[in-house]
Amino acid sequence: MTDEKRSIPPTEELARTTEGAAAAAHHAYGDLESVEQPEPPARGPGRLPRLLGPLLLPGLALVSAFLVGAIVIIASDERVINMFGTDPLGALGMGISTTFAAYGALLRGAIGDPVQIGQAIVDLDLNALHRSLNPISETILSSTPLVLTGLAVALAFRSGLFNIGAEGQLQVGALVAVLVGFGITGVPWFIHLPLALIGGAIGGALWGFIPGLLKARTGAHEVITTIMLNFIAFRLVDYTLRTPLYQRPGRADQISKIVEPSATLPQFIDHPLLRAHWGIVVALIAAVVVSWLLFRSTRGFEFRAVGLNASAARYAGMSIARTIVLSMMAAGALAGLAGAAVVLGTTRTMNVGLASGAGFDGIAIALLGRARPAGVVAAAFLIGGLRAGATPMQAATGIPIHLVVVLQALVIMFIAAPALVRAIYRIRTERQTGAEAFAKGWGA
Amino acid sequence: MSAETATAGGRTMTASERTLQRRQRILGTVYLLAATVIVIYFALPIDGATQSRLVLNLPPVTFAIPDLVLPSAGTLYFMALVAAFAGAIQLTRGFGARWALVLGLVATAFVFAFLVWVAAGQSMSLTGLLQTSVQRAVPIVFGALSGILCERAGVINIAIEGMLLSGAFVGAVVASITGDVGIGVLGAVLVGGLLGALLAVLAIRYMVDQIVAGFVINILVIGLTGFLATRVLQQNQQLNTPPRLTIAPIPLLSDIPILGPILFRQNIFVYALFILVIVIFVGLFYTRWGLRVRAVGEHPKAADTAGINVYFVRYRNVIMGGLVAGLGGAYFTIGSGVGFEREMTAGRGFIGLAAMIFGGWNPLGAAGAGLIFGFADAIQARTSILGIPIPSELLGSLPYIVTIIVVAGLVGRARAPAADGQPYKKE
Repeated sequence: MTDEKRSIPPTEELARTTEGAAAAAHHAYGDLESVEQPEPPARGPGRLPRLLGPLLLPGLALVSAFLVGAIVIIASDERVINMFGTDPLGALGMGISTTFAAYGALLRGAIGDPVQIGQAIVDLDLNALHRSLNPISETILSSTPLVLTGLAVALAFRSGLFNIGAEGQLQVGALVAVLVGFGITGVPWFIHLPLALIGGAIGGALWGFIPGLLKARTGAHEVITTIMLNFIAFRLVDYTLRTPLYQRPGRADQISKIVEPSATLPQFIDHPLLRAHWGIVVALIAAVVVSWLLFRSTRGFEFRAVGLNASAARYAGMSIARTIVLSMMAAGALAGLAGAAVVLGTTRTMNVGLASGAGFDGIAIALLGRARPAGVVAAAFLIGGLRAGATPMQAATGIPIHLVVVLQALVIMFIAAPALVRAIYRIRTERQTGAEAFAKGWGA
Repeated sequence: MSAETATAGGRTMTASERTLQRRQRILGTVYLLAATVIVIYFALPIDGATQSRLVLNLPPVTFAIPDLVLPSAGTLYFMALVAAFAGAIQLTRGFGARWALVLGLVATAFVFAFLVWVAAGQSMSLTGLLQTSVQRAVPIVFGALSGILCERAGVINIAIEGMLLSGAFVGAVVASITGDVGIGVLGAVLVGGLLGALLAVLAIRYMVDQIVAGFVINILVIGLTGFLATRVLQQNQQLNTPPRLTIAPIPLLSDIPILGPILFRQNIFVYALFILVIVIFVGLFYTRWGLRVRAVGEHPKAADTAGINVYFVRYRNVIMGGLVAGLGGAYFTIGSGVGFEREMTAGRGFIGLAAMIFGGWNPLGAAGAGLIFGFADAIQARTSILGIPIPSELLGSLPYIVTIIVVAGLVGRARAPAADGQPYKKE
């Protein structure tokens, strides 16, 4: 993955002053930033060391998001509000302790308690070890589809498309995968499992093909068409799961038949508390493939060329229409694979509301990971951890799981507006990474 | 259109002529297909004596008019004939510039055939259906107006969904606490404006990609309202029982048969919307204010040169768009007399966006487009009661499918403001 950096077109690195007072922006190049600028006297906390480099902004964005999240927790606490009139400091203290309890539970739910793990190893207590490893396993489990949907969004980003449809593509992929999973019987796993996975990818690719074709042919903006296709996919799932082909016999609710063992993605460790399965390996392989596709193959070069400058790409003889369709299909296939990984590994059946939100999380992840496969994987584990920790957090502290959605929105906002973060923390100069623009009007 | 007329005299086929020809072929085929569907799917299973009763009166009735009683099969065959005839002419001769009119005609014929088929052997309230259509269109058109205000000034607003949702939430809570509908609406409008300001700051000051900024606001609102609904409203139902807004029939006008109940026997939101549509239309196209807004949306540099403050216009319009969307959001709770539910807007904001595009960034057009979506929505709500052999889940996709067709089929004609989505940087 080290080659990746080389092949990314060098983005112009602008050094900017963030203070509004400095009207004339210094166009100093980040790498040549050896000339020290005079430090303004007593201006806030001063500049943070730039040693952290590319991690600085995402890190600060995370911190900011959690700080704002804390405000949301405190301000929505009834007891705090009731106490605020009589004892503001006590109320604030209580709010802060609630926040710490919530974030603590979130963290424990995401990565577990190291002390417990250590204790279990020392005691050679296998049961305790299983229990203590459960959070990590759950994080891996929820990250599995997120890696893939993140890649689905990132891949489309690279060719200048905003794929909000990963959600629907995932659903359709899951529908096909589960059909292959329970529909075919009596084949060995090394045939059945790949078939089911490919089925999922094809289903998703189909759902990506529609907006791709519409965009290429008519100029219909993919943001609107993919959102609509999401809604249609939900209804489709609703409908399909009631048909006798899918519905599990003897059940009145919308749940599909169970996937054959030969098509399941097996768990790493066969234990009910450790549900992480080989889907994560599929996802990581997909990340490597996407990385190769984008940065090593001709097709990927076309994707990126169209994304960076469609007119130039057309002038160079590339077909914009074909690139759009292929890129949306590839993105859809990745999201469909995410659906397949969930139904073949996690649930082994299909139901309404399966992996809901994974597609939207994919957008956050792609933005967070700067549309790079390695970044996407890291971001997927971060968001997956938040998701996995949210449920135990709600159980332990009563803070609703929706907090995670708020945190996610805030993270994207701070990531997407680096100038905002720099202004908040008074970082004077910072490497400007190329921010892709997707808003190109409504097409045609 | 201008591109088409400019090339009409040329010998070689230009791209726009090819598009025109392809569109003619597609349309003709679609018309024939519609005729086939009407005959095979609607008309053939119905036996000759069945009648469809379309009720036109909606109580309370001042001037009663007779119901529309039609022989089901006969009407269906006639509608099929209309569609087939239009298809045949479209394929052979073409309708030239009147193609849009014919499209509307065939669409109406098909929808009418659908209604006759649904009502075969029973009675269905047509006026009631249309009244529901208007009600369902209200939030969509509010959303579309919000989009128009922003995009005419050159800022893409896909945060409409979030603005609607926030308006629904704040409207419900404030109205419940104060027991006053008016204050509730005010709260909804203000929170919409606040989100508009956030979008404006992100898009204009920090030059965040406008679609990303709008998307962020959407999930922020989904998260916040979901969080607060679970944490606060679930335990305190008294915070989520907004007073019901009563229907305020306009005297005399509401007594007109058919049109009266549809347009003038609604609540105050609907009337506010009528006024807003007209005000924004006149404002955009017949006032200096509107000229400036459009100048900023089309060519900010030129507008700047002419002494218009581009940033000010954009900030103002995006905030105004937020206010309008917040008002539309209140319709979901206060305007419908129900409490807030998580993600209750269910994509109406995005449909509003499509209505804006379909309506060509024009308030009147957007209102018409919104009515079409509202109609699709109302059909879905009604027919599930009447029991027709189409799965309700699939019929539920109707508004979304219509949106896709509209965006795909007609966006090429409507032209977005030239600087839509482009951040402006003063030099």
